[in-house]
Amino acid sequence: MELQTIFFWVLGILSIAGAVGTITAKNPVSSAMALVFHFFMLAGLYLTLQAEFIAVLQVLVYAGAIMVLVIFVIMLLNLGNEESLKEGSNMRKVAGYALGSLLTAALFIMIILSDNKYENLPASAVDVGSVEVLGQSLIKDHLFHFEAITLLLLVAVIGALILARRKETEEKFRSEF
Amino acid sequence: MEALNSISINHYLVLSGLVFTIGAIGVLTRRNAIIIFMCIELMLNAVNLSLVTFSAYMGNEAGQVFVFFIMAVAAAEAAVGLAIVLALFRNNKTINVDEINLLKW
Repeated sequence: MELQTIFFWVLGILSIAGAVGTITAKNPVSSAMALVFHFFMLAGLYLTLQAEFIAVLQVLVYAGAIMVLVIFVIMLLNLGNEESLKEGSNMRKVAGYALGSLLTAALFIMIILSDNKYENLPASAVDVGSVEVLGQSLIKDHLFHFEAITLLLLVAVIGALILARRKETEEKFRSEF
Repeated sequence: MEALNSISINHYLVLSGLVFTIGAIGVLTRRNAIIIFMCIELMLNAVNLSLVTFSAYMGNEAGQVFVFFIMAVAAAEAAVGLAIVLALFRNNKTINVDEINLLKW
């Protein structure tokens, strides 16, 4: 068995387990930990696809920044477990799982019935997932989108500051001038 | 059994679809706003996996550049979304999406 096969099956099953753990955990911190585990398994899957830049970015950005922010907010709000007494109606859960199964079946059928032209990873001379190739493509072909993302990040920082500020701090600040 | 011995593109795509539907089920069935946000991140990651798969199997790097942009957008969305959740909690003392159903109180 090839190495890619072993790693794909192990990492794939573990990432599904992490995803299921995220949606079924009662405690939000357990849910966040399962999601971090899922992100690490996904980074491993990116490595099996020879996308090393994206794998490192996955760990740095998703597991290292976004999930830390989420865990900060969970701890800050000091949430308890999602109470089962005030649980949503059974109708909601049944509808949710039914629609989910329908979506799974539809995606599965579409993928299996599609025109399967790509059997193996191409043994190309150019390493598509390397930093050099991605950096060249980013700066040469997608420069405008890169700058637009910069603007988006700036707007997000300002927006987060404005949305999360407290009003009494603002009035105290104003009264001192 | 041949499907077990070599990995084709369909394996990765089925995995991506499964993770996407697990995220969708999570968004539909959970009521905690932060857990719903985490399930949305699950769906974004499933799409990332699908894009990187196509990029690797077709030898085209545009898919991975797009994943780079999706990660940046997800980080921005995380910051703003969690700020909104904080502001919601400060005003309502709950982030149960069933109970946040008034436009003005």
